[in-house]
Amino acid sequence: MKHDKIERSATLLLVLSFLVVTVGGLVEIIPLFWLNNTIERVKGVRPYTPLELAGRNIYIREGCYLCHSQMIRPFRDEVERYGHYSLAAESMYDHPFQWGSKRTGPDLARVGGKYSDQWHVQHLIDPRAVVPESVMPGYPFLAKTELKFDDIADHLKALRIVGVPYDDDMIRNAKADLIAQASGEDTEGLIKRYGKARWGSATEVKARDFGRDGPQKITEMDALVAYMQMLGTLVDFKTFDTTNVENLR
Amino acid sequence: MSIPMRMVQMGLLGVFGLLALYMAANARDTAFAVHAWIFFAAAVLGLFWMARQTSYDGVRKQGVGDDEYMMDVVKAGVIAAVFWAVVGFAMGVYVASELAWPFLNWDTSNTNFGRLRPVHTTAVIFAFGGNALIATSFYVVQRTNRTRLAFGNLAWFVFWGYQLFIVLAATGYVLGATQGREYAEPEWYVDIWLAIVWVAYFLVFFGTIVKRKVKHIYVANWFYLSFIITVAMLHIGNNLAVPVSFFGSKSYSLLSGAPDAITQWWYGHNAVGFFLTAAFLGMMYYFIPKQADRPVYSYRLSIIHFWALTFIYIWAGPHHLHYTALPDWVQTLGMVMSVILWMPSWGGMINGLMTLSGAWDKLRTDPILRMLVISVAFYGMSTFEGPMMSIKSVNALSHYTDWTVGHVHSGALGWVGMISMGAVYYLVPRLWGRERLYSYTLVSWHFWLATLGIVLYAASMWVSGIMQGLMWREYDDQGFLVYSFVETVEAMHPYYVIRALGGTFFLVGGLLMAYNVWQTIRGRVRAGEAALVEARA
Repeated sequence: MKHDKIERSATLLLVLSFLVVTVGGLVEIIPLFWLNNTIERVKGVRPYTPLELAGRNIYIREGCYLCHSQMIRPFRDEVERYGHYSLAAESMYDHPFQWGSKRTGPDLARVGGKYSDQWHVQHLIDPRAVVPESVMPGYPFLAKTELKFDDIADHLKALRIVGVPYDDDMIRNAKADLIAQASGEDTEGLIKRYGKARWGSATEVKARDFGRDGPQKITEMDALVAYMQMLGTLVDFKTFDTTNVENLR
Repeated sequence: MSIPMRMVQMGLLGVFGLLALYMAANARDTAFAVHAWIFFAAAVLGLFWMARQTSYDGVRKQGVGDDEYMMDVVKAGVIAAVFWAVVGFAMGVYVASELAWPFLNWDTSNTNFGRLRPVHTTAVIFAFGGNALIATSFYVVQRTNRTRLAFGNLAWFVFWGYQLFIVLAATGYVLGATQGREYAEPEWYVDIWLAIVWVAYFLVFFGTIVKRKVKHIYVANWFYLSFIITVAMLHIGNNLAVPVSFFGSKSYSLLSGAPDAITQWWYGHNAVGFFLTAAFLGMMYYFIPKQADRPVYSYRLSIIHFWALTFIYIWAGPHHLHYTALPDWVQTLGMVMSVILWMPSWGGMINGLMTLSGAWDKLRTDPILRMLVISVAFYGMSTFEGPMMSIKSVNALSHYTDWTVGHVHSGALGWVGMISMGAVYYLVPRLWGRERLYSYTLVSWHFWLATLGIVLYAASMWVSGIMQGLMWREYDDQGFLVYSFVETVEAMHPYYVIRALGGTFFLVGGLLMAYNVWQTIRGRVRAGEAALVEARA
């Protein structure tokens, strides 16, 4: 029998086993980088501001993705509950993606703007004070922990290496932009760099005291709420034509 | 081992220790500093241990030929597997309880569900499962190739390096160092460490096959080998990232959005496919024939299902991303391949179960065989359920719900857990030269506790998952959604309690195993059982 040959040669077994397991990945993953229709061309998606990025990193650090998805599927009930189904373009600057795989809590892809900052702060500190049936852990420490952002420019630089279009201006002003957004003061530069006018987003960059703890105090709560409040708010779906063949994938 | 060789190894360890000190001195965040100190402590301990060995090493190891198996490292692996099993099960019960009774999160940064859940999954999959695989693969590769493990004490580096990886991973999660990729959470430097350990593992395993004293490579080794090389490929492919600083834990993944998602689930699904399936099939192909004292049912079937399984599994990842923003053609391709995967999976199950032909009566008297066989039964069930859930219209209901969690656990507790525990019971008396286990009655208890635990777990998750999926999409006759999200959360509470209870059963079974193993190593036999066994015989 021919298979006997493989059973007698360790090298042959090794090489063939390896070849066999590479095929699937090559066929399913590699074309995505070359095909034009992997990611829609829509207006409005911009890189995260430094404060939103810091908030997103807290979201990742606390493992929020283990209970909350950020991926609305194109079903009637999901669209009614959460909003327009998610586009690939909306997570094109997400390193890593946070689509999630489980909804112990609701989807968060479009949670931005749905609740007030005050609600988010209350809910994060003590979820059951706002939603009695909730099983979410409380995160009171976020409001007490000052945000560490001395190295925020390095974060932007690392992201630039992997392809996020942060320019020199953004990197140079990363720290100032973060402070401006968390305090709501001196925001012209921030808006020039991340605003509607430049990126065509549906909503303007929001800058205020997100954590409701005074504009001078920048906590992890400020950053996380800033991130939550921008989720899913960038693309203007009034101008997005779902029936256009260009947008089918 | 020669003294110069030992000096080179100690030198490497010393350099590594200095590097760790340098990392600790420049660390930019807590997790990185803690990890640098753990690296340093490991290097110092390693140096001490090697220095103690050097003086009499040459004398002691004299005369160790290729015929003498290296079983100490297997023993260590078995003990580690049992230890991490108990830790992993306990963490599972704890995080399950957090969902049932959220006050258990204690609202601190180190104890909330989001940080502890990866500790549970890593402890069970990589610590318990991984140690069981390293131990059994080192045992099986020596026995079936009739030769000692290759490359001297490199196997010990694999063992200790892997434990170090587990400690780094778990402490990292608690301190908030995570990549945010399911089942690939450890940060970049921990990933590099694991890659080094894994290459060493490959060298030891493959080197042993190369210098084998038999002509044929036994089928169990095909599966183990395929597991080792595929996991290396997946681990490297999925963890490509750019660190923010070489002295900090945070990194950003190379890919983003949709391409990142498919890469992660290419990895994630094949962590299931190769870590939790192919490798454990290797275990099945050795321990079931041994314990049943029967040859493998079909040689031809093992060839066909080996190549089919390893080829097709890799394609199944996209079924984790049905109806997402991943292009539709990838989803559909993933679904088709997932359904096809049912066949080679059952090929393995049939081969395992039919090996008992003519020996079915042993199930009545041999609790270890019972454990091994029910694991294959659970394997069959999970590998039917999986392809079914990968069908897009089924997945529309099951995705994002507890059904997936239940499915994973019927595979992980039923298949991976049971076969590993059966292998542990097989190995312990043989490795420590005991005539028999301390107690077969305790094995029986373990078997029933574990089985009952899985049934409670899987059934409660089926109900809660399907219920939640249906509640989400329920409309009234006016065309309004009937339930708010939080009403579905409230409805799941009783099932979360049942799940935690099922997990507790499984944990108690694990504790019985630890006790049984411990007593067997001490050379004890449970009072009254020796006579019982003789009477039966």
